[in-house]
Amino acid sequence: MLFKLEPRGGISARMVYLTPLLAVGFTLVVGAALFAALGYDPIHTLKVFFIHPVNSVQGLAELGVKATPLILIGLGLAVGFRANVWNIGAEGQLTLGAIAGGGVALYFYDSNSPLLLPAMMVAGVLGGMAWAAIPAFLKTRFNTNEILTSLMLTYVALLLLAMLVNGPWRDPDGYNFPESRIFSEAATLPIILEGTRLHLGAAIALLVAVILWFLFSRTLFGFQVRVIGQAPAAAGYAGFSQKKMVWISLLLAGGLAGLAGLVEVAGPIGQLLPRISPGYGFTAIIVAFLGRLHPVGVVLAGLLMALSYLGGESAQIELGLPVAMTGVFQGMLLFFLLASDVLVTYRLRLLPGLKRRAGGV
Amino acid sequence: MNLSQSNTTPRLRLSGITKAFPGCLANDNIDFAVMPGEIHALLGENGAGKSTLVKIIYGLLKADRGVIEWEGKHVSIDNPAAARALGIGMVFQHFSLFEALTVAENIALSLDGAYNLAALSEKIAAVSASYGLKVDPKRWVHELSVGERQRVEIVRCLLQTPQLLVMDEPTSVLTPQEVDKLFEVLRRLSSEGVSILYISHKLDEIKALCHHATILRQGRLVGEVVPAEETALSMAQLMVGEQLAEPLRADADRDRLDQEVLFQVNELTLPSEQPFGVDLHAINFELNRGEIFGIAGVAGNGQNELLAALSGEVSTPPETILLNRQPIGRYSPTQRRSAGITYVPEERLGHGAVPDMALHENAFLSGFIRRRLLRHGMIDILARNRFAREVCDAFNVKHSGIESAAGSLSGGNLQKYIVGREVLQKPTVFIAAQPTWGVDAGAAAVIHQALLDLADSGSVVLIVSQDLDELLLISDRIAVISGGRLSQAMPTRTADRNRLGMLMGGMKAGTLQEEVEAQGVQHAV
Repeated sequence: MLFKLEPRGGISARMVYLTPLLAVGFTLVVGAALFAALGYDPIHTLKVFFIHPVNSVQGLAELGVKATPLILIGLGLAVGFRANVWNIGAEGQLTLGAIAGGGVALYFYDSNSPLLLPAMMVAGVLGGMAWAAIPAFLKTRFNTNEILTSLMLTYVALLLLAMLVNGPWRDPDGYNFPESRIFSEAATLPIILEGTRLHLGAAIALLVAVILWFLFSRTLFGFQVRVIGQAPAAAGYAGFSQKKMVWISLLLAGGLAGLAGLVEVAGPIGQLLPRISPGYGFTAIIVAFLGRLHPVGVVLAGLLMALSYLGGESAQIELGLPVAMTGVFQGMLLFFLLASDVLVTYRLRLLPGLKRRAGGV
Repeated sequence: MNLSQSNTTPRLRLSGITKAFPGCLANDNIDFAVMPGEIHALLGENGAGKSTLVKIIYGLLKADRGVIEWEGKHVSIDNPAAARALGIGMVFQHFSLFEALTVAENIALSLDGAYNLAALSEKIAAVSASYGLKVDPKRWVHELSVGERQRVEIVRCLLQTPQLLVMDEPTSVLTPQEVDKLFEVLRRLSSEGVSILYISHKLDEIKALCHHATILRQGRLVGEVVPAEETALSMAQLMVGEQLAEPLRADADRDRLDQEVLFQVNELTLPSEQPFGVDLHAINFELNRGEIFGIAGVAGNGQNELLAALSGEVSTPPETILLNRQPIGRYSPTQRRSAGITYVPEERLGHGAVPDMALHENAFLSGFIRRRLLRHGMIDILARNRFAREVCDAFNVKHSGIESAAGSLSGGNLQKYIVGREVLQKPTVFIAAQPTWGVDAGAAAVIHQALLDLADSGSVVLIVSQDLDELLLISDRIAVISGGRLSQAMPTRTADRNRLGMLMGGMKAGTLQEEVEAQGVQHAV
């Protein structure tokens, strides 16, 4: 038996925005089945996974904390993905942002200046940009594939961070644990909701989303991004430079990923550790696509993915489910999203018992 | 072949074929029949439903209603493989060849079932020799000119010994000599009993070649005629359903050009950026205010490279291109637009317009500089939409709202839109590649008139086209590009078709060769 994908005529605009919801629905159904197969009450488990984490102010604030880096990175990636620039190395750019911004915090450890935090943010952005500039240079100069270079640089960045916190930046009073000093008050992001961990970074992420939405919908820049992504030859005709766009989109995504890294170390973490992110840089790829590469969608998708992190923790604590459950849910979400995208564009047809393969057209 | 039977039974008969798309009835109850050995023309404007009908015959689309009979039997053609199994071959207007494969590999891909590349190559060589279609099976497709690619497509069909050959706009890429050769091949196939369904807008060709013509208008069959008994004009009128206006120049005296040079190309030599592109060699020409200058040539002789240099997509030494005596060789496309050059590229979809973007966004694409559609870095949405509507109204573009995607327009309408977008920017120099390629007679007339009016208003119009009729119709002077070299320009009224054809075929240009050419013409005559 053979399957054949046939293009459907038109794709309704509604379906484009409906598929993320469909994907969420499928994920819940299959997730419930999975829990049942493991011998857990599916309804209760789903409740523990998706409702318990956010049934208090505290929980909602935690959701914001987790969503902040995802949204920041997802917004940057969405720009590049629209322009067909495939930056897969946001995790590394995040790490470099944390190193650069954290480095400023450690260097000015005794400072109480109100300028310290802004300086750290600038350093974080520049750190991420610098890391993203490497694949940008390689691509524009030598035509290398940015998917590979940006991804491989991630591992270099993680090792660099490990080297620093194990060596020169290790806390002198830290009993030889591979951690930096805990940042001073002036180097820590202010809390915006008393009694929780919700920090200024969340507000920054929303602000960035608004700015990008404006850039996308109303400015020449957003138009260029879309033309370059959809029709490179037409972009050349209009005079939009593809090389410039590779640079801009990598620097933008790198800068935002760097900011996300800084926000993590200057916010909930408060110091440099060998491991500062549970893979936000990779999860943000899902966030960007789940959010339809649209700033508003990215914010919603970021919240959803943050919930999957919290749900994984809560299921681990309350029910003793393995933490890998988080990854399973995130993976299913992406899988169902891609699958429903395909099925919205194409219709599946069964070709019963063909004797001979139909020739290509 | 059983002649008595074939004389009475049509090879292909369509009855009551109806196909609707959302919002449009593409084919409304179409009947016609093609006899064995008949060359049958399918004539109609873009959007008349020809492509839909052809796709139904070739199994790419399924009719909502209607019956297809093949050799007198009901058939259902579900896919192209089924069409090929019946004996239907198709040469598409837009070729479906893989550039990175050789001719033989490309042909192998389209054959149903197993193949042997070496044996296939021999067969290709044999078929191409027997029909005089020069094709080397070992060559890479990306090295081939458009005309050569068409030959590959034809050979590909012939290898399957079709009973019905469908040809979609086959001559738009050929020199007059190549057209003659193609007609010989088609006539020979016809004499061997192969039916040919010939889709074209070129009425003279249909008159010269086809036994019958079925004329479609807005999805309906409006007539079936014997072309030899009609005039080109009478067929055109059936096709568009109205009196056709001959393109008219307000300034009818074509010799009275203002001798004010607006645009110059000096010793433009440019190695191609593409591995198999054509290098440009010392190209020179001067264009005067109010002039229409035509560059003829067979595709793949440096036109793309020349156009890229003129439009700014490739930059050249500053002094090689002068606009109002200012060196602009280094200018980007954006700078050239603000300096007064607008450009219509050959590819409508993907180059001149973004297929998935709305018409208003495509108006912005190239119009935002000269029409000032940016305000403080922001898109002036009202002005942009006004411009898009202005283009649609002025050029009579049929569309369902400026929000509809460019790719949803028919070829002729999209071309009118793109030409309109560039003309309404009031350029000093207007450059167009193949402005009426694959466009119906009605749209072509609108476009030609717009170019004539633009020249009359004092702009320079430069047209690069493979359509000699078009250039002879509207240009004041013609030059020929061949192998990356441009011939000397000649006034159109002294240019004769044979001589242009020889130049297009690669005869050396220039005064010293005049005699050689003259002899060549005599031989050709």
